[in-house]
Amino acid sequence: MAMAWVWTGMAVVSLLFGIITGNIGQIGTAALDGAAAAVELCLSMAGVICLWTGVMEMMNRCGLSALLARLFRPFLRRMMPRSSQDEETLSAISANISANLLGLGNAATPLGIRAARRMARGADGTATDELCLLVVLNTASIQLLPTTIAGVRAAHGCRTPFDILPAVWFSSVLSVGAGLLMAKILSKLWRT
Amino acid sequence: MSISGFIVPVILAGTALFSLTRKVDVYSALTTGAGEGLSVMVKIFPALVALLSAVYMFRASGAMDYFTQLFAPFLEKLGVPPETAAILLIRPISGSGALAVGSELMAQYGTDSYIGRTAAVMLGCTETTFYTIAVYFGAAGIRRTRYTIPAALTADLTGFVAAALAVRLFFGT
Repeated sequence: MAMAWVWTGMAVVSLLFGIITGNIGQIGTAALDGAAAAVELCLSMAGVICLWTGVMEMMNRCGLSALLARLFRPFLRRMMPRSSQDEETLSAISANISANLLGLGNAATPLGIRAARRMARGADGTATDELCLLVVLNTASIQLLPTTIAGVRAAHGCRTPFDILPAVWFSSVLSVGAGLLMAKILSKLWRT
Repeated sequence: MSISGFIVPVILAGTALFSLTRKVDVYSALTTGAGEGLSVMVKIFPALVALLSAVYMFRASGAMDYFTQLFAPFLEKLGVPPETAAILLIRPISGSGALAVGSELMAQYGTDSYIGRTAAVMLGCTETTFYTIAVYFGAAGIRRTRYTIPAALTADLTGFVAAALAVRLFFGT
């Protein structure tokens, strides 16, 4: 529903601003131009995106995501000691994180949901500290290869769409770190 | 030759070699995955049509400039280019919306400009926060989310500020 409000809001605000600024004549044309630009954007980024979903399928089949998932277990045991006692929850969380890292969005969400369901048992509709951490981890992107963005950059004529990788990693680490730190601080202050 | 020039060929060759040693049919994995990529495209296409037309209207009406000016003093204090204001607002709500706005910034200022790169890094280091929270807590039957939203938004804001900082550090303005 949120998007219904966003879209309607943008259309109505555009109409109002068009009347005030006198740009009303261009708005109709702009809407059509935008729709046409969407077709162009999709066509020109499709190649890059399909190539990378292919590479990700390879990573998935060769066991790279399982390997990554194993690397996270010690870290998760320290961060979520209670949930880690349950083997199935721990393996769902670590698989969720490794799928996120590799950009396997379709695999990551069901794994994360399975973990969240197990962690929510007996919590009576209130998020536990560890469940909050899991959701914060998932809302802060930790993707090694942001392929969709690379696709968009390539579609706009960028010759080196992956040159932003170090910058993306740098800001992802800061962002995830800040989210987890804030969650830790708030968990001490928040009383339910 | 920069290090990032190596990333793509190394990943392509490395993954294929590693998969071969694991007895994976590399070529069939590649083509199957590429086929799945097409369904990703089919899924985001309708959203992009809707949102790019909204973004174009918003810009043509002068509303985009108005809101950019409105948020400029606050964003400049954080070291974030004011042109990216729309990304900050829409990113936690809609992934395709943010992609549409970011794509327009890249088209307008160039993919290798300070603003174009910052927009790309912002999109790369954040997620559709409210959507993710809704999906996870909805599926787990959680009604009281406690401090999840403020913590997640802290991560987003840090990501946006860090994105601009990282682009300045790695590429200059």
